Amino acid sequence: MGQIIQYIQSYRHSDLTPGAAGNMFWALVYIMLVFVGLSVAVIAMNWLERKILAHMQVRLGPMRVGPHGLLQPIADAIKLLLKEDIMPAEADALIFWVAPFVVVLAAFTVFVVVPFGPTHAITDMNIGILFMLGVSSLSVLGIVMAGWASNSHYPLIGALRSSAQMVSYEVAMGLAVVSAILMTSLNADGTGTLSMIGIVQAQQAQHEWFIFKFFPLGLLAFFIFAVAMVAETNRAPFDLAEAESELTAGFHTEYSGFRWSLFFLAEYSAMIAVSSIAVTLWLGGWLRPFPNLLSNSTWDLVFSLFPGITFLFFAAICFYNAARMPKHPLFRIQTVGLAGFGAVLGLIGLILFIPAVSIRVQDIFWFAAKVAGFMYMYIWYRGTFPRYRFDQLMHMGWKVLLPMGLGVLVLTASVALLQEKLWHP
Amino acid sequence: MAPVATPFFFYLLSGIMLIGGILVITRKNPVHSALALIVTLLAQASIYLMLYAPFVAGVQIILYAGGIMVLFLFVIMLVSIDRSVKERQFNSQWIVGMIAATALGGLFIAVFMKGKNIFPEHALPVIENDNTQNVATMLYGQYMFAFEIASLLLLVAIIGAVVMAKKRI
Repeated sequence: MGQIIQYIQSYRHSDLTPGAAGNMFWALVYIMLVFVGLSVAVIAMNWLERKILAHMQVRLGPMRVGPHGLLQPIADAIKLLLKEDIMPAEADALIFWVAPFVVVLAAFTVFVVVPFGPTHAITDMNIGILFMLGVSSLSVLGIVMAGWASNSHYPLIGALRSSAQMVSYEVAMGLAVVSAILMTSLNADGTGTLSMIGIVQAQQAQHEWFIFKFFPLGLLAFFIFAVAMVAETNRAPFDLAEAESELTAGFHTEYSGFRWSLFFLAEYSAMIAVSSIAVTLWLGGWLRPFPNLLSNSTWDLVFSLFPGITFLFFAAICFYNAARMPKHPLFRIQTVGLAGFGAVLGLIGLILFIPAVSIRVQDIFWFAAKVAGFMYMYIWYRGTFPRYRFDQLMHMGWKVLLPMGLGVLVLTASVALLQEKLWHP
Repeated sequence: MAPVATPFFFYLLSGIMLIGGILVITRKNPVHSALALIVTLLAQASIYLMLYAPFVAGVQIILYAGGIMVLFLFVIMLVSIDRSVKERQFNSQWIVGMIAATALGGLFIAVFMKGKNIFPEHALPVIENDNTQNVATMLYGQYMFAFEIASLLLLVAIIGAVVMAKKRI
């Protein structure tokens, strides 16, 4: 027993991630935390997407289940779990069963290397970014499996579209990623890194987020990635794999109940995964804004207040809307519920003001805030852009993004070489 | 740090690889064969990880995931699965196959018995964390010429495919 406690405590004050330190207990704890956090994020995204889209289209969105529809995702989840699990008679049983799990596994496994902070990652791999790209490209395999195994036309067309789209956009995405990795090698000993934590540390060491590096080259690479990542996750305006107007629901037409919800879960966690790649590579990962420029203790204190203030702001919104609830007796439960939810958020906010807590969570906060920005953009795209036609999609991928990516890569390499030759002979 | 490369994992992964490989050649449905192939290749990637070559493992996953995708598409588009499932699996060169398999097996056994003389045992020359950097210095330094020739070969293949597929260039 004492040995176990000693083993658990041996990780404290370590400046490595639990995986890199080889501590199984804390690695397991981190895996559970990431899993729970992701599930909560997917539930929140479900509600937010419907609400934000509705408000963009001057509708109200879900309003019935819970105050302002806050319990709608839970009601949906219960509905999905209680639904009958149907398999088409002519379907290929084994592949039909396995496909959703492949997609979910691929979408969740990538979070092994996502750095929420210098030590807040499950593990730090030497090949971090390569691992993320590789494993997330496995998810399309599950999509094709689902489409083929359903033995039906719409899913098959959806799956074929999805695979063609992934193969085309992965090229441009890879080029953009390579040009960012190239920037990590601009240090004294000239070796770059593929490790996710190493990439963020390189940005810290170079006093510059890579999006601003070699302006506008970093920005262009980021733009290519930002377009390609929407296509990779099959989201609007590139959601041809599940275009409702043409293919009913695309590759998951034949799925229902729990299996369908797995596809849903995988889609949203894949969105979070690619957003965290973008945040890590170009937006400084867990670094707060201006970590070097405004680096005295006053600014440290100011920025450490942000997590608490954010939660207090959410709590204030809840209280404001609770006060605005109709004063009818039928709405009393909803009013109390919303105020209670606000109270919980406010309590979290107050806890985050404790210095010991805020120092430990602020890198996670900044990472999550940047990813949340991307998630909002996803919803915004969906509310704004019309869906691309398939030939337009291919045109965009091969004739616009790919040459642009090649150009950015070559220019980045040349500028880096010039800088090395001119300023550091 | 405790070693990850325990014999248990080696036998587990090689077992998966063997079963996957056998399934690839015995399944009548080509889609099942393709899926068994990717199981085999992923297990192989894990063995690369055990050999402290993470970069090779990552590249294996990326390339073969894409490669199997294309194989999948070929199967779906070009092969009539209904017919191929009913068809008798043909193998008219089993004598040659037997001889080749026996020779290869004999070679493996010979290396296993006398391997210590051919490949002397020594500690791992490079640490895991420098794997990517070492691959890079090797490819773009020592073996630059061979690497460029290989990439030229691929370029020729790509251009050839485009020329053959396009009616009007």
